[in-house]
Amino acid sequence: MAVKKRTKDLTFWQKIYLPEIAKGLALTFKNMVKPKYTIEYPEDKFIPPPSYRGRPVLVMEADGEERCVACGLCARVCPPLAIEVQASETEKEKERYPVKFEINMLRCIFCGFCEEVCPEEAIVMSKDYELAFTSREEAIYGKDKLLTPIDQLNDRIEFLRKYK
Amino acid sequence: MATITIDGKKIEFKSGQTIIQAAKDNGINIPHFCWHPKLSISGNCRVCLVEVAKMPKLVIACATLAADGMVVFTNSEKAVNARNAVMEFILINHPLDCPICDEAGECKLQEYAYDYSVGESRFKEEKQHKEKRVPLGPNVMFDGERCISCSRCIRFCDEIVKEPQLTFVQRGDRVTIVTYPGKELDNDYSLNVTDICPVGALTNRDFRFKSRVWEMSTTKSVCTGCSRGCNSDIWVRNNLILRITPRENEKVNSYWMCDHGRLNTFKNINQLETRINGAFIKEGLSHVPTEWESAYRKAANELKKYAKDEIAFIGSPFATNEDNYLLAKIAKNFGVSNLDFMRHENPAFGDDILKRNDITPNSFGAELAGIRPGKNGFALSEIIQKINDGKIKVVYLLEDDIAESNPEAAEAFAKLKLLIVHSVNFNKTTDLAHIIFGAAAYAEKNGTMINFEGRVQRIRPAVALATPDKSLDGQKLSRQDKFGTEYDSWAQKNIKDALPSWTILMNVAKELDFRLKYNIAEDIFLEMSKNIDALNGLNYNILGELGVPVKDSINQPLAKAL
Ligand code: SF4
Ligand code: SF4
Ligand code: SF4
Ligand code: SF4
Repeated sequence: MAVKKRTKDLTFWQKIYLPEIAKGLALTFKNMVKPKYTIEYPEDKFIPPPSYRGRPVLVMEADGEERCVACGLCARVCPPLAIEVQASETEKEKERYPVKFEINMLRCIFCGFCEEVCPEEAIVMSKDYELAFTSREEAIYGKDKLLTPIDQLNDRIEFLRKYK
Repeated sequence: MATITIDGKKIEFKSGQTIIQAAKDNGINIPHFCWHPKLSISGNCRVCLVEVAKMPKLVIACATLAADGMVVFTNSEKAVNARNAVMEFILINHPLDCPICDEAGECKLQEYAYDYSVGESRFKEEKQHKEKRVPLGPNVMFDGERCISCSRCIRFCDEIVKEPQLTFVQRGDRVTIVTYPGKELDNDYSLNVTDICPVGALTNRDFRFKSRVWEMSTTKSVCTGCSRGCNSDIWVRNNLILRITPRENEKVNSYWMCDHGRLNTFKNINQLETRINGAFIKEGLSHVPTEWESAYRKAANELKKYAKDEIAFIGSPFATNEDNYLLAKIAKNFGVSNLDFMRHENPAFGDDILKRNDITPNSFGAELAGIRPGKNGFALSEIIQKINDGKIKVVYLLEDDIAESNPEAAEAFAKLKLLIVHSVNFNKTTDLAHIIFGAAAYAEKNGTMINFEGRVQRIRPAVALATPDKSLDGQKLSRQDKFGTEYDSWAQKNIKDALPSWTILMNVAKELDFRLKYNIAEDIFLEMSKNIDALNGLNYNILGELGVPVKDSINQPLAKAL
């Protein structure tokens, strides 16, 4: 194979290195005085923007009721089969509600499909990214952990209405 | 033969057929709500509008007779526009509460809205509000807003059950369905209206909100509620049977099933508290769970202690042909000639639609499989007599709660020295038993049954057992089974440790030094088809989904229009 000649040889200034070192150091010093991005977690908490997809939660209306009607679409669309919904009848006007709603957080991949498919705007991605468990059972979140008051979720819901 | 052309396809029709019928017979589906092949023509939904060449206006395919040389367009611009307009009209007052509605996923309106409608409504006004959640009868719930007034339910009661119970009241967009004053929708076939209702206006109260339709697996089976043997689909989720629906078979049940068959033939299979998990041996007054192997051994050893004429084998009209055949075969080999089964007749059950007085699914088959007294053997009534006389001391009984249905037998069974029972649930008979084997229910195994007309039909495993059927070859029965792990709360539950009766029999026979080698139920059926003339040449493949009639003595399919 023929030896290829370099298309561009180093110039004289590059060859003596010193100006290049000065350039590099200039960048270093510039960054030293820039504002910091690192957060001292967990003392300081990172608050993500509304576009962030944390763990999915169920919207709880002001009257303490879930919005979910247990239609099962989220369970169907969920790629890793993380969601289990069991519907039942309620005396309330909406007729149907989930007696059981579980998300297995070990299965969830935070894709947001459940939120996208929900016809009732009942499941949304929260800002909660702090998920730690010590057993597999603990990783299965039931309604007690999933139901979240709507005022904590308003910015996500607004975001969805705008961009979904 | 006369022909018409539908969308460029030339098809033949019988004279007197309508366009929609001719199309259906040739596999062309013209959309329709109110038309049903078994009901009179109503022509009210207008979705089947088609264009016919040389006719000035569109016609409805359900009520227009096909004529020789007719040229029909179902997808011309005029027809498509008309269909879209009709869909938009029907959807004007439809609540669109699919997320709540049980019909979602198997709803004709939903389907057509995707396939044929424009996807938008110009109706901005308030929709009509009607009564929701009205119980029309013990089994059926009505939602007035979802009803599209197709009148199928009304015509079903009038024409098929011949008990008019439903009617329209009001007019225009206020029209709704009610029961006649002082009446309820309580006929024996009422749940069929939930199948034929094209929308979710009529729902099954027993199944309501239990599951979405796409979450269940379906398995083709046969109802065991009576000797009609209606073809059915078994719907299963998380290994529990949630509903049973009819499967079309013109030779048996057409499109229908009775409410008894739908509601009362599966709950005992789900019932964990009363299901027999594994094998049990009586010790003192209670039944103690035992390893299968030691129960087989114990059964065989105990049987060997008695003289052959002290033993009676009792088959069952609830068990499959395979189970009964094997029992008869073992009885013969073991030298037991006291062999019979109990018939269950309920003169109050039958009618002239589907229900039969013989409330067992397989008495025809039990007889054909050879469950009858051998030489010098006794029939059931004599067996009971002999037990009372102390002459018969041992009974081996297959899947039948005889003690419940025959008090005399219950008294006699209490006197037995040894009662071995195969049973699905604990019941009065198992209370008396010394050895109990947990038998797989009809929805958990392969096999065949023969209905009262002599039609051999298949049952298939719809529910998973702890020991999977070998014929499944490791195939899982549902999505949950397939992907679930032991850590998922939704999978791998409700699994019972029961075995098909033929497997249990084979294992007991082995301990009796009678070696049998069957891997799957069909092995037994193939042997039967060799030894029993009426089944000659049959196999599971030939039986297919709709079954075939048994043959008569000269090897012709059993008479009649079977
Ligand atoms: S975010 Fe995705 S993976 Fe997680 S529950 Fe929703 S659909 Fe399932
Ligand atoms: S898609 Fe929405 S309404 Fe349906 S079950 Fe899931 S959360 Fe509930
Ligand atoms: S209830 Fe159902 S079957 Fe009866 S008229 Fe209404 S839509 Fe038709
Ligand atoms: S008629 Fe007999 S076989 Fe048919 S559904 Fe009713 S009980 Fe079952």
